[in-house]
Amino acid sequence: MADLVSHPDEVKVVSRRFGQGAANLDRYLELDGYKAIQKALAMGADAVINEVKASNLRGRGGAGFPTGMKWSFVPKQAAKPKYVLCNGDESEPGTCKDRLIFEQDPHSLIEGVMIAAFSINSHQGYIYLRGEYRYLIEIMERAVADAYARGFLGKNIFGSGYDLDIFVHSGAGAYEVGEESALMESLEGKRGVPRIRPPFPAVVGLYGGPTIINNAETLASVPHILLGGGEWFANLGTPKNGGTRLFSLSGCVNRPGVYELPLGYNLKKLIEEVGGGVWKGRKLKAVVPGGSSVPILKADECDVNLDFDSLMKIGTMLGSGGVIVLDDQTCVVRFLLRTISFYQHESCGWCIPCREGTDWLKKTLKRFHGGGGVAKDIDNLAYLGENMMGRTFCPLGDAAAMPVIGIVKKFREEFEAHLDGRPCPFEAKEASELVGARTE
Amino acid sequence: MQFSEKFEKRFAAWLTHYPVKRSVLVPSLLYVQDELGHLTDEAIAELAARLDLSVLEVNNVISYYSLLTRKPKGRYHVQVCTNICCMLRGAEEVYEAAQKKLGIGHKQVTPDARFSLEEVECIGACSWGPAMQVNYDYHEKLTPEAAERILDEYRTKDTQ
Repeated sequence: MADLVSHPDEVKVVSRRFGQGAANLDRYLELDGYKAIQKALAMGADAVINEVKASNLRGRGGAGFPTGMKWSFVPKQAAKPKYVLCNGDESEPGTCKDRLIFEQDPHSLIEGVMIAAFSINSHQGYIYLRGEYRYLIEIMERAVADAYARGFLGKNIFGSGYDLDIFVHSGAGAYEVGEESALMESLEGKRGVPRIRPPFPAVVGLYGGPTIINNAETLASVPHILLGGGEWFANLGTPKNGGTRLFSLSGCVNRPGVYELPLGYNLKKLIEEVGGGVWKGRKLKAVVPGGSSVPILKADECDVNLDFDSLMKIGTMLGSGGVIVLDDQTCVVRFLLRTISFYQHESCGWCIPCREGTDWLKKTLKRFHGGGGVAKDIDNLAYLGENMMGRTFCPLGDAAAMPVIGIVKKFREEFEAHLDGRPCPFEAKEASELVGARTE
Repeated sequence: MQFSEKFEKRFAAWLTHYPVKRSVLVPSLLYVQDELGHLTDEAIAELAARLDLSVLEVNNVISYYSLLTRKPKGRYHVQVCTNICCMLRGAEEVYEAAQKKLGIGHKQVTPDARFSLEEVECIGACSWGPAMQVNYDYHEKLTPEAAERILDEYRTKDTQ
């Protein structure tokens, strides 16, 4: 079981049942469990979608797309069956929050899937968890079995005449499978290679049928929205950025952990007050605020509010809410090398700009950090990144390019300090010995 | 070829969960691998036959997923995360300690087949890093000493 932490500034919505044994069905019922789905059944599908729209809930997986709007794209009439998919592939470096929902409040996910399914008249939901999360898959399977045994899933749920099945599905190790279309390919039993969009999953998704696919935290938020009201949830955040979210704080801080805070909470405050400040008495150097795929912020850019729009305005993203803190002893070139090694490893290989681009970036950075870099390499890195952006079937290419473009631009002097065979100013190791810089 | 009773029960249930039977392929490969240690030619051919797929097609799928392997692993597969968040908190030193303790490197197996080692990407333990998995079990907030101690405990357990 993962360690839970807390801070007085937290506003606990999605995490309100954490630490209270809510994986147990009777305990979940005591804690207002399965009330939201009953409310939804009484409200009707359209009213449910409107409530989610009113909440200003935006996707918690990374893209931040308005959830109610996504659900409303599903056509009312469809030739093929409709599906709801819970994306529990959580693999974005810096992100460890969906894990806690599976562990501490699995029924809230089931209930979220139920509400989503009802709103689009789907009778089949799948909860996809990454293969490494085996202990969480076991918890989810037990929760689903308990829900069936109690009659909450299956035929005629809560006497409404509505039938719904939900199944848990295991992945087998692949970051790219967290991408919505690659996840569907994986669920269909294939390599997790993405599909070109349009058409979008809401229209042509799993097995070709209309499909809602949402991140686990997004779905787990929905029952709370139904119970408290969309307006209440919206007001917890900032305009157009409703609610609270789980932030995974990691890196060079005194109190790493998963904290639930309102959207709009200040990043500097998160690091200094909630996170206890930079560790070891060191200074803040940079922050990656939304998981490894988002552009980096320098220390003097961190006085910013953590919501989707505020971060987009300054050229980065809220993403998965993975706040990664770098101290002044961290080499950003090495940090970028390890980041790119990750994308190079995880690239599915389908699109040339990503497959070749990540490989080229990694080789360049490895040579560069090892002291073999020339001045032209620095501009080449940015050039490579810019030629990957927007030229791929899925955002993994962008996810690799954005860190490169951002770090080269904002930390150019640090790159220049590695030129002319000079050793890395922060450590003695050669890049070839560097863990994480292996070639596969 | 028959797998364990436990797997066969699970497999039969899974077939009822999807409108297309190919959908059971990826989880089946992983759960079969858990039983056998790695994906043998016989197991691959068996699953291919059950799902009306060619062996080639099944191998195509296996090659994509990083948890699936056709090569034998140790009874205890040690997966140390060295991605950025764990790296910031000392994952490199933890990985070096694991290498030294086990006497093997990335994707290698000890001669007694007790341990294998792999440097892995993010396992979702970023706020509790440095972290590793041994098979499916998480071990977090590691130091090199803690990692060594944990590996010793697995060795002791394996000899009992």
